[in-house]
Amino acid sequence: MSIKGKAYIAGIYEHPTRLAKDLSLAQIHAEVAKGALEDAGLTKDDVDGYFCAGDAPGLGPMSMVEYMGLKVRHVDSTDTGGSSYVLHVGHAAEAIAAGKCKVALITLAGRPRAEGMATGTVPRSRGGTPTPDEPFEFPYGPTVVNMYAMCAMRHMYEFGTTSEQLAWIKVAASHHAQYNPHALLKDVVTVEDVVNSPMISDPLHRLDCCVITDGGGAIVVVAPEIAAKLKRPKIKLLGASEFIKTQMGGKVDLTYSGARFTGAAAFAEAGVKPSDIKYASIYDSFTITVLMQLEDLGFCEKGKGGAFVADGNLISGTGKLPFNTDGGGLCSNHPANRGGLTKVLEAVRQLRGEAHPKVQVKNCDLAIAHGTGGSLGLRHGSATVILERE
Amino acid sequence: MAETKERKLPAPATSPETQAYWDAAAKGKLLVKKCTSCGQAHHYPRALCPFCFSDKTEWVESSGKGTIYSFSVMRRAPVPYAMAYVTLAEGPRMVTNIVDCDFDKLKCEQPVKLVFKPTDGGPPLPMFTPA
Ligand SMILES: [Zn+2]
Repeated sequence: MSIKGKAYIAGIYEHPTRLAKDLSLAQIHAEVAKGALEDAGLTKDDVDGYFCAGDAPGLGPMSMVEYMGLKVRHVDSTDTGGSSYVLHVGHAAEAIAAGKCKVALITLAGRPRAEGMATGTVPRSRGGTPTPDEPFEFPYGPTVVNMYAMCAMRHMYEFGTTSEQLAWIKVAASHHAQYNPHALLKDVVTVEDVVNSPMISDPLHRLDCCVITDGGGAIVVVAPEIAAKLKRPKIKLLGASEFIKTQMGGKVDLTYSGARFTGAAAFAEAGVKPSDIKYASIYDSFTITVLMQLEDLGFCEKGKGGAFVADGNLISGTGKLPFNTDGGGLCSNHPANRGGLTKVLEAVRQLRGEAHPKVQVKNCDLAIAHGTGGSLGLRHGSATVILERE
Repeated sequence: MAETKERKLPAPATSPETQAYWDAAAKGKLLVKKCTSCGQAHHYPRALCPFCFSDKTEWVESSGKGTIYSFSVMRRAPVPYAMAYVTLAEGPRMVTNIVDCDFDKLKCEQPVKLVFKPTDGGPPLPMFTPA
Protein backbone atom coordinates (compact mmCIF):
# COMPACT_ATOMS: atom_id res chain seq x y z
CA MET A 1 0.00 0.00 0.00
CA SER A 2 1.21 3.46 -0.86
CA ILE A 3 0.33 6.65 1.00
CA LYS A 4 0.35 8.60 -2.28
CA GLY A 5 -2.70 10.84 -2.37
CA LYS A 6 -4.13 9.32 0.83
CA ALA A 7 -3.59 12.35 3.09
CA TYR A 8 -3.35 16.14 3.00
CA ILE A 9 -1.70 18.76 5.16
CA ALA A 10 -4.57 21.03 6.10
CA GLY A 11 -3.19 23.16 8.91
CA ILE A 12 0.15 24.55 10.03
CA TYR A 13 1.37 26.92 12.71
CA GLU A 14 4.75 28.15 13.89
CA HIS A 15 4.98 29.81 17.27
CA PRO A 16 6.35 33.34 16.84
CA THR A 17 8.42 33.20 20.02
CA ARG A 18 12.13 32.47 20.02
CA LEU A 19 12.55 32.89 23.79
CA ALA A 20 9.76 31.42 25.92
CA LYS A 21 10.68 32.38 29.48
CA ASP A 22 7.05 33.02 30.40
CA LEU A 23 5.49 29.97 28.78
CA SER A 24 5.32 26.38 30.03
CA LEU A 25 6.36 23.55 27.74
CA ALA A 26 2.86 22.04 27.69
CA GLN A 27 1.38 25.47 27.00
CA ILE A 28 3.54 25.91 23.87
CA HIS A 29 2.40 22.49 22.60
CA ALA A 30 -1.23 23.54 23.12
CA GLU A 31 -0.78 27.00 21.59
CA VAL A 32 0.74 25.60 18.41
CA ALA A 33 -1.97 22.91 18.24
CA LYS A 34 -4.64 25.60 18.49
CA GLY A 35 -2.90 27.67 15.82
CA ALA A 36 -2.66 24.80 13.35
CA LEU A 37 -6.26 23.69 13.90
CA GLU A 38 -7.51 27.26 13.39
CA ASP A 39 -5.40 27.52 10.25
CA ALA A 40 -7.09 24.37 8.93
CA GLY A 41 -10.57 25.47 9.97
CA LEU A 42 -10.91 22.56 12.36
CA THR A 43 -11.44 22.31 16.12
CA LYS A 44 -9.85 20.30 18.87
CA ASP A 45 -12.84 17.95 18.85
CA ASP A 46 -12.11 16.99 15.24
CA VAL A 47 -8.72 15.55 16.24
CA ASP A 48 -8.70 11.75 16.46
CA GLY A 49 -4.96 11.11 16.09
CA TYR A 50 -2.08 12.68 18.05
CA PHE A 51 1.63 12.57 17.27
CA CYS A 52 4.52 13.88 19.37
CA ALA A 53 8.15 13.02 20.16
CA GLY A 54 10.54 13.23 23.10
CA ASP A 55 10.17 16.99 23.46
CA ALA A 56 6.62 16.52 24.78
CA PRO A 57 6.45 16.33 28.56
CA GLY A 58 5.41 13.00 30.05
CA LEU A 59 5.32 9.40 28.94
CA GLY A 60 4.87 9.37 25.18
CA PRO A 61 1.65 11.15 24.15
CA MET A 62 -0.30 10.64 27.37
CA SER A 63 0.29 13.84 29.33
CA MET A 64 -0.28 16.04 26.31
CA VAL A 65 -3.47 14.21 25.27
CA GLU A 66 -4.78 14.84 28.77
CA TYR A 67 -3.54 18.45 29.02
CA MET A 68 -5.11 19.45 25.70
CA GLY A 69 -8.32 17.58 26.43
CA LEU A 70 -8.07 15.39 23.34
CA LYS A 71 -10.00 12.20 22.67
CA VAL A 72 -7.91 10.23 20.18
CA ARG A 73 -8.04 6.71 18.78
CA HIS A 74 -4.54 6.71 17.31
CA VAL A 75 -1.24 7.88 18.83
CA ASP A 76 2.42 7.73 17.76
CA SER A 77 5.35 9.07 19.76
CA THR A 78 8.17 7.76 17.56
CA ASP A 79 11.29 9.76 18.39
CA THR A 80 14.08 10.10 15.85
CA GLY A 81 15.22 13.46 17.21
CA GLY A 82 14.70 16.48 15.00
CA SER A 83 13.44 14.43 12.06
CA SER A 84 10.56 12.97 14.11
CA TYR A 85 7.92 15.38 12.79
CA VAL A 86 8.75 14.76 9.14
CA LEU A 87 8.44 11.06 9.95
CA HIS A 88 5.16 11.75 11.81
CA VAL A 89 3.66 13.25 8.65
CA GLY A 90 4.38 9.96 6.89
CA HIS A 91 3.05 7.92 9.81
CA ALA A 92 -0.07 10.09 9.98
CA ALA A 93 -0.71 9.41 6.30
CA GLU A 94 -0.28 5.66 6.92
CA ALA A 95 -2.72 5.77 9.82
CA ILE A 96 -5.23 7.78 7.77
CA ALA A 97 -4.86 5.43 4.79
CA ALA A 98 -5.49 2.48 7.12
CA GLY A 99 -8.60 4.13 8.55
CA LYS A 100 -7.12 4.52 12.04
CA CYS A 101 -7.76 8.28 12.20
CA LYS A 102 -8.96 11.15 9.99
CA VAL A 103 -7.51 14.26 11.64
CA ALA A 104 -3.94 13.82 12.88
CA LEU A 105 -2.34 16.53 15.02
CA ILE A 106 1.47 16.72 15.28
CA THR A 107 3.06 19.07 17.84
CA LEU A 108 6.58 20.15 18.76
CA ALA A 109 7.71 22.55 21.49
CA GLY A 110 10.78 23.32 23.56
CA ARG A 111 12.56 25.94 25.65
CA PRO A 112 16.31 25.19 25.44
CA ARG A 113 17.13 28.92 25.50
CA ALA A 114 14.99 29.72 28.52
CA GLU A 115 16.54 26.73 30.28
CA GLY A 116 20.09 27.83 29.41
CA MET A 117 20.95 24.52 27.80
CA ALA A 118 24.46 24.12 26.31
CA THR A 119 22.97 22.48 23.28
CA GLY A 120 25.83 21.81 20.95
CA THR A 121 29.09 22.04 22.81
CA VAL A 122 28.76 19.86 25.92
CA PRO A 123 28.67 16.04 25.82
CA ARG A 124 25.41 14.70 27.17
CA SER A 125 24.65 11.39 28.83
CA ARG A 126 21.00 10.43 28.74
CA GLY A 127 21.03 9.08 32.29
CA GLY A 128 19.22 5.96 33.43
CA THR A 129 20.33 2.62 31.93
CA PRO A 130 23.12 3.53 29.52
CA THR A 131 22.58 2.80 25.85
CA PRO A 132 24.95 0.05 24.62
CA ASP A 133 26.99 2.64 22.72
CA GLU A 134 27.35 5.07 25.63
CA PRO A 135 30.44 3.60 27.39
CA PHE A 136 32.26 3.57 24.03
CA GLU A 137 31.35 7.13 23.10
CA PHE A 138 30.30 9.45 25.92
CA PRO A 139 33.62 9.45 27.87
CA TYR A 140 35.41 10.72 24.74
CA GLY A 141 33.38 13.92 24.61
CA PRO A 142 31.10 13.62 21.59
CA THR A 143 29.01 16.78 21.25
CA VAL A 144 26.46 17.72 18.66
CA VAL A 145 28.88 19.99 16.86
CA ASN A 146 32.05 17.85 16.86
CA MET A 147 30.26 14.79 15.49
CA TYR A 148 28.80 16.79 12.59
CA ALA A 149 32.21 18.42 12.18
CA MET A 150 33.80 15.00 11.62
CA CYS A 151 31.41 14.45 8.70
CA ALA A 152 32.51 17.78 7.26
CA MET A 153 36.19 16.94 7.81
CA ARG A 154 35.87 13.64 5.97
CA HIS A 155 33.82 15.24 3.18
CA MET A 156 36.57 17.82 2.70
CA TYR A 157 39.20 15.07 2.66
CA GLU A 158 37.41 12.83 0.15
CA PHE A 159 35.82 15.41 -2.13
CA GLY A 160 37.78 18.63 -1.68
CA THR A 161 34.79 20.47 -0.23
CA THR A 162 35.79 23.85 1.23
CA SER A 163 34.70 26.01 4.16
CA GLU A 164 33.75 28.72 1.66
CA GLN A 165 31.37 26.34 -0.11
CA LEU A 166 29.77 25.35 3.19
CA ALA A 167 29.48 29.05 4.06
CA TRP A 168 27.28 29.63 1.00
CA ILE A 169 24.58 27.57 2.71
CA LYS A 170 24.47 30.01 5.63
CA VAL A 171 24.64 32.95 3.24
CA ALA A 172 21.58 31.66 1.37
CA ALA A 173 19.66 31.08 4.61
CA SER A 174 20.49 34.61 5.76
CA HIS A 175 19.24 36.09 2.48
CA HIS A 176 15.88 34.45 3.23
CA ALA A 177 15.82 35.26 6.94
CA GLN A 178 16.01 39.01 6.33
CA TYR A 179 12.36 38.87 5.23
CA ASN A 180 11.14 36.79 8.19
CA PRO A 181 10.11 39.15 11.02
CA HIS A 182 10.33 36.29 13.52
CA ALA A 183 13.82 35.09 12.50
CA LEU A 184 16.35 35.12 15.33
CA LEU A 185 19.14 36.24 12.96
CA LYS A 186 17.91 38.70 10.34
CA ASP A 187 21.22 40.11 9.09
CA VAL A 188 22.48 39.04 5.70
CA VAL A 189 25.94 37.48 6.06
CA THR A 190 28.73 36.91 3.58
CA VAL A 191 31.02 33.95 2.95
CA GLU A 192 33.76 35.95 4.69
CA ASP A 193 31.53 36.50 7.75
CA VAL A 194 31.04 32.75 8.06
CA VAL A 195 34.64 31.62 7.59
CA ASN A 196 35.91 34.40 9.86
CA SER A 197 33.50 33.56 12.68
CA PRO A 198 35.09 31.69 15.62
CA MET A 199 35.99 28.03 15.07
CA ILE A 200 33.79 25.87 17.28
CA SER A 201 34.98 22.42 16.25
CA ASP A 202 37.08 22.10 13.10
CA PRO A 203 36.02 22.68 10.38
CA LEU A 204 32.72 24.14 11.62
CA HIS A 205 32.61 27.82 12.56
CA ARG A 206 30.07 29.52 14.73
CA LEU A 207 28.08 30.60 11.67
CA ASP A 208 28.08 27.05 10.30
CA CYS A 209 25.80 26.20 13.23
CA CYS A 210 22.05 26.63 13.60
CA VAL A 211 20.43 28.90 16.14
CA ILE A 212 19.20 27.78 19.55
CA THR A 213 15.60 28.85 20.04
CA ASP A 214 12.51 28.23 22.11
CA GLY A 215 9.16 27.76 20.47
CA GLY A 216 7.43 25.12 18.47
CA GLY A 217 5.01 24.32 15.74
CA ALA A 218 2.19 22.04 14.70
CA ILE A 219 0.86 20.27 11.63
CA VAL A 220 -2.61 18.91 10.94
CA VAL A 221 -2.77 15.99 8.49
CA VAL A 222 -6.23 14.97 7.30
CA ALA A 223 -8.04 12.40 5.21
CA PRO A 224 -9.00 13.37 1.63
CA GLU A 225 -12.71 13.69 2.51
CA ILE A 226 -11.86 16.16 5.29
CA ALA A 227 -9.51 18.16 3.06
CA ALA A 228 -12.25 18.44 0.44
CA LYS A 229 -14.51 20.28 2.92
CA LEU A 230 -11.89 22.79 4.10
CA LYS A 231 -11.22 26.21 2.60
CA ARG A 232 -7.41 26.05 2.61
CA PRO A 233 -5.28 25.12 -0.45
CA LYS A 234 -4.99 21.35 -0.70
CA ILE A 235 -1.47 20.11 -0.04
CA LYS A 236 -1.28 16.45 -0.92
CA LEU A 237 1.26 13.96 0.37
CA LEU A 238 2.86 12.09 -2.52
CA GLY A 239 5.63 10.15 -0.84
CA ALA A 240 7.21 9.51 2.55
CA SER A 241 10.13 7.48 3.80
CA GLU A 242 12.26 6.94 6.89
CA PHE A 243 15.59 5.28 7.67
CA ILE A 244 17.97 4.86 10.62
CA LYS A 245 21.61 5.25 9.63
CA THR A 246 24.08 3.80 12.12
CA GLN A 247 27.78 3.06 12.62
CA MET A 248 27.02 -0.34 11.09
CA GLY A 249 29.00 -2.37 13.62
CA GLY A 250 32.13 -0.34 12.95
CA LYS A 251 31.77 -0.07 9.16
CA VAL A 252 31.40 3.67 9.68
CA ASP A 253 30.91 5.82 6.57
CA LEU A 254 30.54 9.52 7.30
CA THR A 255 30.26 10.52 3.66
CA TYR A 256 26.54 9.88 3.34
CA SER A 257 23.35 10.12 5.39
CA GLY A 258 20.13 8.13 5.56
CA ALA A 259 18.72 10.56 3.00
CA ARG A 260 20.32 8.30 0.39
CA PHE A 261 17.60 5.76 1.17
CA THR A 262 14.68 7.98 2.18
CA GLY A 263 15.08 10.22 -0.85
CA ALA A 264 15.12 7.31 -3.29
CA ALA A 265 12.09 5.69 -1.64
CA ALA A 266 10.04 8.90 -1.32
CA PHE A 267 10.75 9.96 -4.91
CA ALA A 268 9.81 6.48 -6.14
CA GLU A 269 6.55 6.52 -4.19
CA ALA A 270 5.74 10.03 -5.41
CA GLY A 271 6.64 9.19 -9.00
CA VAL A 272 8.73 12.35 -9.37
CA LYS A 273 12.44 13.10 -9.54
CA PRO A 274 14.71 15.65 -7.85
CA SER A 275 14.77 17.87 -10.94
CA ASP A 276 10.96 18.23 -10.67
CA ILE A 277 11.19 19.81 -7.20
CA LYS A 278 10.48 23.56 -7.09
CA TYR A 279 11.31 24.14 -3.43
CA ALA A 280 13.34 22.16 -0.86
CA SER A 281 13.18 22.31 2.93
CA ILE A 282 16.43 20.68 4.00
CA TYR A 283 17.37 20.03 7.64
CA ASP A 284 19.98 22.58 8.59
CA SER A 285 21.41 21.90 12.02
CA PHE A 286 24.76 22.75 10.42
CA THR A 287 25.85 23.75 6.93
CA ILE A 288 27.36 20.29 6.36
CA THR A 289 23.99 18.68 7.13
CA VAL A 290 22.42 20.52 4.18
CA LEU A 291 25.26 19.72 1.81
CA MET A 292 25.25 16.00 2.51
CA GLN A 293 21.47 15.70 2.35
CA LEU A 294 21.30 17.51 -1.00
CA GLU A 295 23.75 14.99 -2.41
CA ASP A 296 22.00 12.03 -0.84
CA LEU A 297 18.54 13.14 -1.97
CA GLY A 298 19.86 13.24 -5.52
CA PHE A 299 19.94 16.99 -6.19
CA CYS A 300 23.56 16.61 -7.23
CA GLU A 301 26.18 13.90 -7.50
CA LYS A 302 27.89 12.61 -4.34
CA GLY A 303 30.89 14.80 -3.60
CA LYS A 304 29.66 17.67 -5.79
CA GLY A 305 27.56 19.30 -3.07
CA GLY A 306 30.13 22.02 -2.49
CA ALA A 307 29.95 23.23 -6.08
CA PHE A 308 26.15 22.83 -6.06
CA VAL A 309 25.52 25.12 -3.07
CA ALA A 310 28.11 27.75 -4.03
CA ASP A 311 27.42 31.12 -5.61
CA GLY A 312 23.89 31.51 -4.31
CA ASN A 313 22.38 28.41 -5.92
CA LEU A 314 20.09 27.93 -2.89
CA ILE A 315 18.83 31.53 -2.81
CA SER A 316 15.22 32.00 -3.91
CA GLY A 317 14.97 34.01 -7.11
CA THR A 318 18.67 33.59 -7.85
CA GLY A 319 19.56 29.94 -7.58
CA LYS A 320 18.29 26.74 -9.14
CA LEU A 321 17.09 25.18 -5.88
CA PRO A 322 15.47 27.61 -3.41
CA PHE A 323 15.85 26.14 0.08
CA ASN A 324 14.66 27.04 3.59
CA THR A 325 13.05 30.30 2.54
CA ASP A 326 11.99 31.07 6.14
CA GLY A 327 15.67 31.34 7.07
CA GLY A 328 15.66 27.76 8.34
CA GLY A 329 17.36 26.53 11.46
CA LEU A 330 20.53 28.32 10.47
CA CYS A 331 18.94 31.76 10.90
CA SER A 332 15.28 31.68 11.92
CA ASN A 333 14.21 28.92 14.26
CA HIS A 334 15.33 25.53 15.56
CA PRO A 335 12.75 25.04 18.32
CA ALA A 336 13.61 22.45 20.98
CA ASN A 337 16.81 21.77 19.03
CA ARG A 338 14.58 19.88 16.63
CA GLY A 339 14.23 21.38 13.18
CA GLY A 340 12.10 18.87 11.28
CA LEU A 341 8.69 20.33 11.92
CA THR A 342 9.54 23.82 10.69
CA LYS A 343 10.87 22.21 7.50
CA VAL A 344 7.39 20.90 6.72
CA LEU A 345 5.83 24.26 7.60
CA GLU A 346 7.83 26.29 5.09
CA ALA A 347 7.27 23.67 2.38
CA VAL A 348 3.51 24.02 2.95
CA ARG A 349 3.74 27.84 2.91
CA GLN A 350 5.57 27.68 -0.41
CA LEU A 351 3.03 25.28 -1.93
CA ARG A 352 0.15 27.47 -0.71
CA GLY A 353 1.84 30.57 -2.11
CA GLU A 354 1.99 31.97 1.43
CA ALA A 355 5.75 32.35 1.81
CA HIS A 356 7.07 35.91 2.06
CA PRO A 357 6.65 37.56 -1.39
CA LYS A 358 10.40 38.22 -1.56
CA VAL A 359 11.16 34.50 -1.30
CA GLN A 360 8.01 32.90 -2.72
CA VAL A 361 8.90 30.47 -5.51
CA LYS A 362 6.82 31.05 -8.65
CA ASN A 363 4.35 28.29 -9.57
CA CYS A 364 5.53 26.23 -6.62
CA ASP A 365 3.56 23.03 -7.02
CA LEU A 366 6.04 20.38 -5.83
CA ALA A 367 8.20 20.49 -2.71
CA ILE A 368 10.32 18.23 -0.54
CA ALA A 369 10.91 18.37 3.21
CA HIS A 370 13.71 16.34 4.71
CA GLY A 371 14.91 15.84 8.28
CA THR A 372 17.96 14.39 10.01
CA GLY A 373 17.61 13.70 13.73
CA GLY A 374 20.09 12.50 16.32
CA SER A 375 23.72 12.81 15.27
CA LEU A 376 24.87 12.72 11.66
CA GLY A 377 28.24 11.37 12.83
CA LEU A 378 27.00 8.79 15.37
CA ARG A 379 23.52 7.52 14.45
CA HIS A 380 20.63 9.39 12.97
CA GLY A 381 17.05 9.08 11.81
CA SER A 382 16.26 10.39 8.34
CA ALA A 383 12.78 11.22 7.10
CA THR A 384 11.56 12.62 3.78
CA VAL A 385 8.17 13.78 2.56
CA ILE A 386 7.22 14.96 -0.91
CA LEU A 387 4.26 17.31 -1.14
CA GLU A 388 2.18 18.61 -4.03
CA ARG A 389 -0.27 21.47 -4.37
CA GLU A 390 -3.43 20.00 -5.84
CA MET B 1 47.71 23.96 19.44
CA ALA B 2 49.50 21.59 21.78
CA GLU B 3 47.62 19.84 24.52
CA THR B 4 48.62 21.41 27.81
CA LYS B 5 46.08 20.99 30.59
CA GLU B 6 44.79 17.52 31.41
CA ARG B 7 41.16 16.75 30.68
CA LYS B 8 39.15 14.96 33.30
CA LEU B 9 37.59 11.93 31.63
CA PRO B 10 34.36 10.42 32.98
CA ALA B 11 34.38 6.72 33.82
CA PRO B 12 32.67 4.52 31.22
CA ALA B 13 29.51 2.75 32.39
CA THR B 14 30.57 -0.89 32.26
CA SER B 15 28.17 -3.82 31.85
CA PRO B 16 28.47 -7.62 32.17
CA GLU B 17 28.40 -7.86 28.37
CA THR B 18 31.56 -5.78 27.96
CA GLN B 19 33.38 -6.31 31.30
CA ALA B 20 36.19 -8.23 29.55
CA TYR B 21 36.85 -5.21 27.33
CA TRP B 22 37.32 -2.93 30.32
CA ASP B 23 39.32 -5.50 32.30
CA ALA B 24 41.69 -5.72 29.33
CA ALA B 25 41.84 -1.92 29.07
CA ALA B 26 43.00 -1.84 32.69
CA LYS B 27 45.92 -4.05 31.56
CA GLY B 28 46.71 -1.82 28.58
CA LYS B 29 45.07 -4.01 25.96
CA LEU B 30 42.41 -3.13 23.40
CA LEU B 31 40.02 -5.96 22.60
CA VAL B 32 37.87 -6.28 19.50
CA LYS B 33 34.90 -8.59 19.17
CA LYS B 34 35.15 -11.05 16.28
CA CYS B 35 32.46 -13.39 14.99
CA THR B 36 33.50 -17.00 14.42
CA SER B 37 30.49 -17.57 12.15
CA CYS B 38 30.99 -14.81 9.57
CA GLY B 39 34.58 -13.98 10.46
CA GLN B 40 34.01 -10.24 10.78
CA ALA B 41 35.19 -8.00 13.61
CA HIS B 42 32.87 -5.33 15.00
CA HIS B 43 32.89 -2.37 17.39
CA TYR B 44 31.48 -1.39 19.89
CA PRO B 45 31.49 -4.95 21.22
CA ARG B 46 28.29 -6.99 21.42
CA ALA B 47 27.42 -10.53 22.53
CA LEU B 48 25.63 -11.10 19.22
CA CYS B 49 27.32 -10.29 15.91
CA PRO B 50 25.63 -7.22 14.35
CA PHE B 51 26.36 -8.59 10.86
CA CYS B 52 25.01 -12.18 11.02
CA PHE B 53 23.39 -12.26 14.50
CA SER B 54 25.45 -15.29 15.53
CA ASP B 55 26.12 -15.60 19.26
CA LYS B 56 29.53 -17.16 18.50
CA THR B 57 31.61 -14.05 19.11
CA GLU B 58 35.03 -13.95 20.72
CA TRP B 59 37.45 -11.35 21.99
CA VAL B 60 40.65 -10.78 20.02
CA GLU B 61 43.44 -8.40 20.94
CA SER B 62 43.94 -5.43 18.65
CA SER B 63 47.41 -4.67 17.34
CA GLY B 64 46.78 -1.10 18.47
CA LYS B 65 47.61 0.17 15.00
CA GLY B 66 45.22 2.30 13.02
CA THR B 67 44.62 5.36 10.89
CA ILE B 68 42.53 8.47 11.48
CA TYR B 69 39.28 8.18 9.50
CA SER B 70 38.08 11.60 10.59
CA PHE B 71 38.62 14.03 13.45
CA SER B 72 37.53 17.37 14.83
CA VAL B 73 39.26 19.53 17.40
CA MET B 74 36.68 20.77 19.89
CA ARG B 75 37.95 24.33 20.36
CA ARG B 76 35.00 25.41 22.50
CA ALA B 77 35.84 23.29 25.53
CA PRO B 78 37.66 24.20 28.76
CA VAL B 79 40.50 21.98 27.50
CA PRO B 80 40.33 21.54 23.71
CA TYR B 81 40.42 17.92 22.57
CA ALA B 82 40.46 15.98 19.31
CA MET B 83 37.41 13.82 18.71
CA ALA B 84 38.09 11.11 16.13
CA TYR B 85 37.13 7.93 14.38
CA VAL B 86 40.10 5.61 14.05
CA THR B 87 40.11 2.71 11.59
CA LEU B 88 41.70 -0.20 13.42
CA ALA B 89 44.05 -2.55 11.56
CA GLU B 90 41.48 -5.23 12.49
CA GLY B 91 38.81 -3.41 10.44
CA PRO B 92 36.28 -1.61 12.63
CA ARG B 93 36.21 2.15 13.04
CA MET B 94 35.90 3.36 16.62
CA VAL B 95 34.99 6.60 18.35
CA THR B 96 38.05 7.84 20.23
CA ASN B 97 40.32 10.80 20.89
CA ILE B 98 43.71 11.68 19.41
CA VAL B 99 46.01 12.79 22.24
CA ASP B 100 49.57 13.92 23.04
CA CYS B 101 50.04 15.74 19.75
CA ASP B 102 49.85 19.05 17.91
CA PHE B 103 46.16 19.25 16.99
CA ASP B 104 46.88 21.59 14.10
CA LYS B 105 48.91 18.91 12.32
CA LEU B 106 46.28 16.15 12.37
CA LYS B 107 45.14 14.73 9.04
CA CYS B 108 42.68 12.12 7.81
CA GLU B 109 44.36 8.76 7.07
CA GLN B 110 47.30 9.61 9.34
CA PRO B 111 48.74 6.47 11.06
CA VAL B 112 48.17 6.33 14.82
CA LYS B 113 48.97 3.99 17.68
CA LEU B 114 47.16 2.98 20.84
CA VAL B 115 47.59 4.69 24.22
CA PHE B 116 45.43 4.60 27.34
CA LYS B 117 44.24 7.55 29.41
CA PRO B 118 42.96 7.28 32.98
CA THR B 119 39.33 8.07 33.80
CA ASP B 120 37.71 9.42 36.92
CA GLY B 121 37.32 6.25 39.00
CA GLY B 122 36.85 3.80 36.12
CA PRO B 123 38.90 1.74 33.69
CA PRO B 124 41.20 3.69 31.34
CA LEU B 125 40.07 4.68 27.85
CA PRO B 126 41.78 3.50 24.67
CA MET B 127 42.92 6.53 22.69
CA PHE B 128 45.42 7.13 19.91
CA THR B 129 48.47 9.25 19.21
CA PRO B 130 50.33 9.83 15.93
CA ALA B 131 52.52 6.79 15.13
ZN1 LIG C 1 28.83 -12.66 12.29
